[in-house]
Amino acid sequence: MSTKRETDELSGVDTTGHEWDGIKELNHPLPRWWLWTLYGTIIWAIGYAIVYPAIPGLNGNSKGLWGWSSRADLRNEMVAADAAKQAMTDAIGKADINAILGDEKLRTFAVAAGASTFKVTCVQCHGSGAQGRPGYPNLNDDDWLWGGKPEDIVATLSHGVRYTADNDTRQLPMPAFGKDGTLTAEQIDQTANYVLQLANLEHDNDKATKGAAIFAEQCAACHGDTGEGGKTLGAPRLNDSIWLYGNTLADVTAQINNPKQGVMPAWLPRLGETKVKELAAYVLSLGGGQK
Amino acid sequence: MSSHSEAVRSKVTQTTLIDRQDVKAVNTGAKSKGKLYAGRQKVFPKKVEGTFRRLKWIIMAVTLAIYYVTPWLRWDRGPHAPDQAVLLDMANRRFYFFFIEIWPQEFYFVAGLLVMAGVGLFLVTSVVGRAWCGYSCPQTVWTDLFLAVEGFVEGDRNARMKLDAAPWSARKLFLRVSKHLIWILIAIATGGAWIFYFADAPTLLKNFVTLQAPFIAYATVGVLTATTYIFGGLMREQVCIYMCPWPRIQAAMLDEDSLVVTYNDWRGEPRSAGTKKAAAAGIAVGDCIDCNACVAVCPTGIDIRNGQQLECITCALCIDACDNIMDKVGREKGLISYSTLRDYNHNMAIASPTPGNISPKLVRDDTGHFVQAVKHFNWHIIFRVRTLIYMGMWSLVGLGLLFLLLTRDRLEVNVQHDRNPVAIKLSDGSVRNGYTIKILNMVPEPRNINLSIQGLPGADISIPDVSEARGRSTSIPVEPDKLRALKVFVTVSSQLLKQGNTPFKIIATDPQSFETDIYDATFEVPENMK
Repeated sequence: MSTKRETDELSGVDTTGHEWDGIKELNHPLPRWWLWTLYGTIIWAIGYAIVYPAIPGLNGNSKGLWGWSSRADLRNEMVAADAAKQAMTDAIGKADINAILGDEKLRTFAVAAGASTFKVTCVQCHGSGAQGRPGYPNLNDDDWLWGGKPEDIVATLSHGVRYTADNDTRQLPMPAFGKDGTLTAEQIDQTANYVLQLANLEHDNDKATKGAAIFAEQCAACHGDTGEGGKTLGAPRLNDSIWLYGNTLADVTAQINNPKQGVMPAWLPRLGETKVKELAAYVLSLGGGQK
Repeated sequence: MSSHSEAVRSKVTQTTLIDRQDVKAVNTGAKSKGKLYAGRQKVFPKKVEGTFRRLKWIIMAVTLAIYYVTPWLRWDRGPHAPDQAVLLDMANRRFYFFFIEIWPQEFYFVAGLLVMAGVGLFLVTSVVGRAWCGYSCPQTVWTDLFLAVEGFVEGDRNARMKLDAAPWSARKLFLRVSKHLIWILIAIATGGAWIFYFADAPTLLKNFVTLQAPFIAYATVGVLTATTYIFGGLMREQVCIYMCPWPRIQAAMLDEDSLVVTYNDWRGEPRSAGTKKAAAAGIAVGDCIDCNACVAVCPTGIDIRNGQQLECITCALCIDACDNIMDKVGREKGLISYSTLRDYNHNMAIASPTPGNISPKLVRDDTGHFVQAVKHFNWHIIFRVRTLIYMGMWSLVGLGLLFLLLTRDRLEVNVQHDRNPVAIKLSDGSVRNGYTIKILNMVPEPRNINLSIQGLPGADISIPDVSEARGRSTSIPVEPDKLRALKVFVTVSSQLLKQGNTPFKIIATDPQSFETDIYDATFEVPENMK
């Protein structure tokens, strides 16, 4: 390869001095601003590699002069976000649930915060839309086993349901009438038909008439004379359209024979008072809550 | 052609009183072969008087006045909206323009205005070429302003060139510092005016000078000050020639009937610096006396006599310069003029029956006047198919926007059906659907909007955020100029439940103005809930 520089006659431009198979290259240097920009970016890159964590080593990477890390960034952002919410969470912590619901600003904040907590701790059983599923109550509707007033919901959330680790938990087991031998299979069948009659569901009239007496004796104490339920006891209302464990004869029979009874953990020790109140506000915003 | 004129020049000696300019075009574009990265050669445009210079002063005054004064105009919109006539309220996402208020979803008005601006540019360009570049482009206006300052401080072309070449002295330092100071002050005012379009101008000015304005305000002023100073003061014509895409685009919009700044060489050539001698020697010469006045006044440093070129912003100052000279030498004005390519070609054909050989005698009769066949400017050229189509498009978009503006809704209701869960069975057997309803009150007055449903038998609505009551309609207070989002529950009693989707209407009405917006919603009852 020749390195002889010469001036091209046709264009009047110098060649680079390179020649390949008789082809010579004209020397059109890069514009100066372009070159300086290139040099500038090189200097920038060196500085960047020194200041920021960039150079890989055997035991991790260099830390950089400024000690920057994405984890620290996230930590700071979380602290800043918490600090920004501090005034509101403090106010919610101090206020009574009814006071929170009465204050539009507090309620809006609590509902949003509660929705976020709900997604973490509640959706596993109650579903992402709080719509529940067999055995796990739907929180959108107006049927409340342990009361749908704001303070009822706070109490249920705080102490759980049949959660033995909490002394104040919602607790009233229904006897297993069949399994314990209190009622015969025939009596259970009759009672179940009566229960279906209370709810205006398909049933056998004769059996139901017989079942009425058994119901009055065995069930009315908790579920009420007409099956209207007892919220302080957690005894479900039986004369409505909502059935936690199903509304067929088989479902009801099974429930009298050996009832399934759900458990919910006590959330107060895990989430604290503020978050429990926020959750309650969210649940009430779903539209089924009572005053 | 050039060899001929040089021959003429060598034969005759210069005897006229015309102030001849020793100047060469510095921006010769394609003619500068092989010098891709040549450094910039300074341009020292000479001052000029004339029709187009006056027009440019007027346009400069008007455009600058519009720019600086607009944010300070007030417009009373009542207590619930800002009183600034033109305001881009980014924080609240509102755009105010006198009596018009635009919400973000109405941005198509802005898009429509941009379409109008685009078609308007086509129209203007097809009629008068790069008039935008020459008269109203901010780069042109501010460069002109900066040049005026330069001329005021340092003097006209010759004085400026002398100063530029002179070694540094106290006087040069003083003049240079003064010039740049004034430039920077103008640049600050330019950048400063910009921010007032985005916030209440008097408040922002007070906060700005007391250092309480947001950082973005200072940053914006800083950036715009720098760009104004650099583009208007230091880079000038280079912005037009190297940075701006317009010259490339606008050139494509010209046709042979567009008026562009043209050197009429059919009457100018052969150019001669010594016409009397040439006449005495019996050599026929054209009107151009080669005084270079057109080159000296050019702000982009070109020679218009080289023909149409990308660097020409058609500021028409060379027309003024040449007309002044033609006046002095007692010839008809218009050697350089706004002319169409069609006219030019027509006249050129008269002047040079054989291409490349211009004979000045052919365009004039014995009395020295132009022959009948020579074509001159005719205003009919403005109205031709192409421009009429542009005018039609422009008016169509404009009328469409006006129609939309006059008929647009100031009350809107948007409904989102809850999907999770879609429907809820209540203990009495009725079924409830939830909706997130957004009511948009787009006037700066508080309103009570009546929300009702139609076409769903046995249904009632409840809005817990507004009231406990359940019924067929609810009155909802909405703040001025705000959107209110509400959870609305619609419940259908068990006796009237219909399985599947039942369409119904959600109606928002302002009982005072009777404005109404209707949303077609559906009520859904899943199979297992009937």
